[in-house]
Amino acid sequence: MTWKPRLRPQPEPAAPLDPETTQSLCARLEAAAQTRLGRSLAIRHVNTGSCNGCELEMRALSNVLYDLERFGLRFVDSPRHADVLLVTGPLTRNLRTALEQAWDATPDPKWVVAVGDCAVDGGVFKGSYAVLGGTGLSVPVDLTIGGCPPPPSRILAGLRTLLEANTR
Amino acid sequence: MTAANEIIRAAEAEVCRPWLRHILTQSDWAALAHASAAESWILLAHWADTIQAHALFLDPDALTVVPVSTPIESGLYPALSPVLPGAAWYERMIHDLWGHEAFGASDLRPWLDHDAWPQHHPLAMRPHPNTAAETPALVGIDQDGAMILPLGPIWGQIDEAAHLRLTLNGPAIRRAESLLGFTHKGTLSLMRGKSPRAAARFAARLSADATVAHSVAFAQATESAMDAQVPPRAAALRIVMLETERIAAHLDNLAEVGRLADAQAVRTRCGFLREILLRASEAAFGHRLMMDCVVPGGIAMDIAEGGSQVILRALGDIASQLSGIRRLHDSGALPAQLTGLGPAGRTLATSLSVGGVAGRASGRAFDVRTMFASDYSGLSPRIAIRTEGDAAARQHLRIFEIEESLRLVGAALKALPDGPITVALPQVSGEGIACVESIRGDVWHWLRLDHGQIAAAFPRDPGWALWPLAERVLENAAANDAALIRASFALPASGMDL
Ligand code: SF4
Repeated sequence: MTWKPRLRPQPEPAAPLDPETTQSLCARLEAAAQTRLGRSLAIRHVNTGSCNGCELEMRALSNVLYDLERFGLRFVDSPRHADVLLVTGPLTRNLRTALEQAWDATPDPKWVVAVGDCAVDGGVFKGSYAVLGGTGLSVPVDLTIGGCPPPPSRILAGLRTLLEANTR
Repeated sequence: MTAANEIIRAAEAEVCRPWLRHILTQSDWAALAHASAAESWILLAHWADTIQAHALFLDPDALTVVPVSTPIESGLYPALSPVLPGAAWYERMIHDLWGHEAFGASDLRPWLDHDAWPQHHPLAMRPHPNTAAETPALVGIDQDGAMILPLGPIWGQIDEAAHLRLTLNGPAIRRAESLLGFTHKGTLSLMRGKSPRAAARFAARLSADATVAHSVAFAQATESAMDAQVPPRAAALRIVMLETERIAAHLDNLAEVGRLADAQAVRTRCGFLREILLRASEAAFGHRLMMDCVVPGGIAMDIAEGGSQVILRALGDIASQLSGIRRLHDSGALPAQLTGLGPAGRTLATSLSVGGVAGRASGRAFDVRTMFASDYSGLSPRIAIRTEGDAAARQHLRIFEIEESLRLVGAALKALPDGPITVALPQVSGEGIACVESIRGDVWHWLRLDHGQIAAAFPRDPGWALWPLAERVLENAAANDAALIRASFALPASGMDL
């Protein structure tokens, strides 16, 4: 990775999107026959048992270098106002109900994004008595972003494909 | 000789490095609890295995660590919580995981076990299948119609999962009660039966912002148990990673508290600098958070070619901004908000064994880097103390510690010894304890090896001390300040949820 220290905080130019992922998300959206107007998505974070690593990287999305708000992405406090549930952590048995409640409270149409190896399939915690596995065991997942934790750039790219699919 | 020391001296001991573990009868165990309270010994950690209950004490006068154990008899052992209030949550955890009951305990409601696992007491020799329902009730649904404000387990903000229930009296909090265990991942059972190298992945995932600290403590406990010595280069690079982690985490906390207090300049500056440091860490060590970079026996990979320069350049960037960040905490709107907010007194901090920034901000001079970490001795880390105990003091200390860690990383990199970065570990049996000063305070790891495999282990995250402290501090605070107080303590969840 090349990296130059810049002391004037300013957002970095955005990387190009992966057309394949965008295509498949569009197809899924069309199948649901629902489109929304406008280029913006409200995101609600749902922690289902994370070690806090995925949170740290998600929080970094708000720092000035990634500045996710410039893409029309913003975090909201309530699932009722959310278009996207961003789920982190292996699905612990103790948080399954909380995830399902958040999902139920989110209005349709909604996207569920599983962030991090744990949310994808339980990650290193697979097989524990306390862990069910990935997010998909409890609610339908639209997009997975692997990594332990995935770097902010990868999370951002995933969210932007969602945004793209959402407005096509 | 003090009464507590007499009890210890009379007891048999088992080899545990570097501190012998003393086996007490149940009556001596109970007597030690009383003596320790009278002599201001500090309970550092409390856990169990299938046949014994264990406690880790600090004798502050002799500056030594004292591990003790007592046998479980008919599923029971004498509770420590009536004399040592900090033991209460550990006792609930021990009951949930091993099924041992602390008789005379002040509180035995479930803690980690929310009645959702297929078994109760999963670490017991014979776990019970889960059939009946016992839902954890939170204390005191107040009778007089007081307003209850439940927060979490899933917070609006991007945060760890924990439940905090505030009983309000108008705008003031009358009672704060937390319930944790939501992120319980069965870490101890996953570690059991694995090689230290394989189990280290779980130690690294106890609490991600302290991943290096937990990894180093786990690795050092393993090395103690095996009586192995890591090469000097690995020891030095561990310090580089530990202090880099501290800088990153303190910057993150300054940014987060700045965000909640509407100090955008602090948020922007600190968030930006943290990102610069994380990128430098990736360039130097291959991972932004340096997860899995420390392994038992040494470190996973040597610092990259040119990695030192990248880190030093990032440190230079941070150093150049630090006085500006300090100024923002010295005058203006931010200190006005933080001064007097969430004050924690020294007596309370000491009795709950609160270390780290929270302990030092309330006048408790406790930092294991200056006490038990021989690797640091050449660097002579300086620690600072404040006595106000409030959020402003905590943020000031974080800024001081960033500055000191900048110096430590620089010094460690400058004197980086050449040589190997790992030592081969023998397949032996043994027991070890180690501690590391993490971003939130002292982390302790104990483990027992059976022919090179983990037979039992317990990691003590600083959260065990911080949450009980935060509960007490929140009582009397304004409900509106709860989020800011929580952030200024950097309350974790995953590390103590296990
Ligand atoms: S994917 Fe990795 S960083 Fe994310 S919650 Fe799981 S263990 Fe932690």
